[in-house]
Amino acid sequence: MADIAVHESEPAHEDHGHGHDDGHGAHVTSTGLSNNKLAMWLFLGSECLLFGGLISTYMLYRGRRGDDPGPAQLFDIPLTSVSSFVLLMSSLTMVLAVNAAKRNEHSNTSLWLIVTGLLGALFVGGQVYEFTVFYNEGVGFTTSLFASSFFTLTGFHGVHVAIGVIMLMATAAIAKRGRISGDKAEVVEMVGLYWHFVDVVWVVIFTLVYLIPA
Amino acid sequence: MAIIERPSSVPAVVGDATSPALVTPTEALGVFKRPVSSTGWKSWVFTVDHKKLGIMYGVVALFFFLVGGAEALLIRLQLAAPDNTVLSADLYNQMFTMHATTMVFLFVMPMAAAFANYFLPLQIGARDVAFPRINALGFWLFLFGGIFLNTSWFLGGAADGGWFMYSPNSSPLYSPSHGIDFWLLGLQITGIASLIGAINLIVTIINMRAPGMSLMRMPVFTWMQLVTQFLLLFAMPVITVALFLLGFQRNFGAAFFDVEKGADPLLWQHLFWIFGHPEVYIIILPSFGIISEVLPTFARKPLFGYKFVVFSGAAIGFVGWGVWAHHMFASGLGPVSVAVFSAATMLIAIPTGVKICNWTLTLWGGKLWFTTAMNFAISVIVLFTIGGLSGVTHASAPADTQQTDTYHIVAHFHYVIVGGAVMGLFAGFYFWWPKMFGKLLSERLGKWNFWLMFFGVNLTFAPMHILGMQGQPRRMVVWPEKLTGEGFFNLGFWNQVATWGSFMIATGVLVFIINIVVTTKKGAKAPLDPWDARTLEWITASPPKEHNFDRVPTVHALDEFFHRKYEEVDSDSGTRLVKVKTAEEILAEEEANADTNIHLPSPSYWPIVLAFGFPIIAYGVIYNLLLSVVGLAIVLLGIFGWVLEPSVADDSDYDPPVDGSGPTKELASIG
Repeated sequence: MADIAVHESEPAHEDHGHGHDDGHGAHVTSTGLSNNKLAMWLFLGSECLLFGGLISTYMLYRGRRGDDPGPAQLFDIPLTSVSSFVLLMSSLTMVLAVNAAKRNEHSNTSLWLIVTGLLGALFVGGQVYEFTVFYNEGVGFTTSLFASSFFTLTGFHGVHVAIGVIMLMATAAIAKRGRISGDKAEVVEMVGLYWHFVDVVWVVIFTLVYLIPA
Repeated sequence: MAIIERPSSVPAVVGDATSPALVTPTEALGVFKRPVSSTGWKSWVFTVDHKKLGIMYGVVALFFFLVGGAEALLIRLQLAAPDNTVLSADLYNQMFTMHATTMVFLFVMPMAAAFANYFLPLQIGARDVAFPRINALGFWLFLFGGIFLNTSWFLGGAADGGWFMYSPNSSPLYSPSHGIDFWLLGLQITGIASLIGAINLIVTIINMRAPGMSLMRMPVFTWMQLVTQFLLLFAMPVITVALFLLGFQRNFGAAFFDVEKGADPLLWQHLFWIFGHPEVYIIILPSFGIISEVLPTFARKPLFGYKFVVFSGAAIGFVGWGVWAHHMFASGLGPVSVAVFSAATMLIAIPTGVKICNWTLTLWGGKLWFTTAMNFAISVIVLFTIGGLSGVTHASAPADTQQTDTYHIVAHFHYVIVGGAVMGLFAGFYFWWPKMFGKLLSERLGKWNFWLMFFGVNLTFAPMHILGMQGQPRRMVVWPEKLTGEGFFNLGFWNQVATWGSFMIATGVLVFIINIVVTTKKGAKAPLDPWDARTLEWITASPPKEHNFDRVPTVHALDEFFHRKYEEVDSDSGTRLVKVKTAEEILAEEEANADTNIHLPSPSYWPIVLAFGFPIIAYGVIYNLLLSVVGLAIVLLGIFGWVLEPSVADDSDYDPPVDGSGPTKELASIG
């Protein structure tokens, strides 16, 4: 999602060992790192603090539920383990997509992106199912402090996955038409960075929320 | 326009028949063409030029400065006499909440962003920021967020919980109007602007430096902005979480701050101040950067201890994360927490003190030139030190618990924010005005502006130390006649002095506005290098051309521009500096060796479209969620339009072949 600000037609200045790559117009940067990638890393760093705040809130409130059902009564660990496995596997297919994009294999890129997106959608579906079950057991968003913080934390993660799915499907559509080639393969890599981050956050959430008893 | 001023013989006319056959892009994405206007309102609304966006940031921030200032004057009028009735209690609460919110989020931060936008690329020798469209998006989000926030005045009343918005006082029970909802959503929108701005500027500083511009040759202003942007990057998500939690409680019935259900009100305080204390440094560090440029220029010697100034700035950035709970000493954190945060707070005075010493020693032995910019910069040292000294006493928890929630605290933070940040921004106005607009602000009016503000600040905020020690609480709408007191510690007298002082500041600001108008209408053209300045932004024309530099400068030293003007010559009485070139000669040299076929990012429709969706979502959250769906649709449309936009305006943007040898370069990457 980047514009390229400086785009010269000549190597107009001598290079002082900053890793300039003047033969390749799009990415002339001081560090040699691509602007897009650096920006994505910074964004993900910021996201860590976002989830940090939400996780802290949950950890503070997870035991505060009065007489309402809590983690021990609600959580279905085998079910959530399966959906976690699905999400983790989507990281594998994402790697395959990035790999295919680097090799300029348009149809493979798009195939793996779609598979990744479907696995992500399956995870979101599992979450919707889980939320519905909890709601039917009498734990809604407003029921208790535990409930509010649980739904907010996992809901935020779910929204991140859902946005990721939209990104994957859109990228797949563009890749299908052969419009992601050459140095644009980086676009797939960027979606991949985001996707892996969302996965890693889920590993933390799954461990702290589901596996460690309150 | 994307193509500008080709200095070669190739004319820059779009679609010129003499232009050689142009390169076809790899494959253009998108349906809509990009806008091309280079004049008129479209050239501003769709611009992605960092200089235009910087000016737009500045104009809007200045407007909000006047709004926040008017709110402050109303507060001071209310407190000028005992049992006063200028404002009702309800309106008074809204007034101090919105005064603080406006000044922090809609004036100081965006004004610092204005300077960063305009000067940061110039100082590092770049032609634009790394992500020009994201830059434009940031501005529009700030503008729409600010407007959204202020529409609450006309829609049932503004937020009334104080800028810290402590829970449970901010729950619907105690604040039933929509004011706090506007506040929460408005800050979310401007928060997105800050976050993407931070990412953009960090990438720009790290990746877009001119050849030879190593990190330790960067001007201090750029360095301080780098630290500031990192603080923003990590502080914004924390306030985002807090705003979401409170918003979910107020709008969807979540339990987060519902004490009856066992909620912990301290959760809000922690989240708020983990953001809020770094925010203090987000406010002050850009100003530190500005005066670190102004002081050496007008002392006519290099900044004393450049590395110390840089590293102490970075140290402030780090330690700033470990002091937030000193805002919460009165909340009963327990002795261990209080001791740790006390010690950390005292610790952060060290890097700050280092900076004060460096600035003072920069002045020491210099040939001081007392321009208005210099006056403002020196006043920052003085006023910030006063505010810092009272601040460091608050690091001691026993003293702080005595003074907390009194006017003593108000005195302290106004000395650092007005005396430090705002006076620093004014130094920036006077210093950089000729660079931005090619005209010098009147020095005569400038002196009036400075002295009115300087005395005004002291008259307004110094008496508040006394008022606070006498026990006048913050945020109280009236003080009763029977507490007026007698003699020197007279509440009535010192409150009146503070009110007169605030009107003096307002007069000073008025003089500044007059100065702008007079200079714009009648001001003569400024010389190219009016201050004998030191850094890279002065190497180019004033105002800078659209592409900033005719030739991307190669940097050989800290204070590159100074070193191009002066050379050291050995003589009998030791080494001395001799001026070898004027700014005009340097500029002529750059123009003669200009780069050809300079490409700039094309303007874009999408930043403003995308930004426009956000306030609609926000109104929807308050009034009707269907509206939010419409807003969301606009945002999605904006995102897809953005992604699918062609990377340049039209075919003529592509490089003509050099010597008929075909394309010279690959073309711009995916937008």
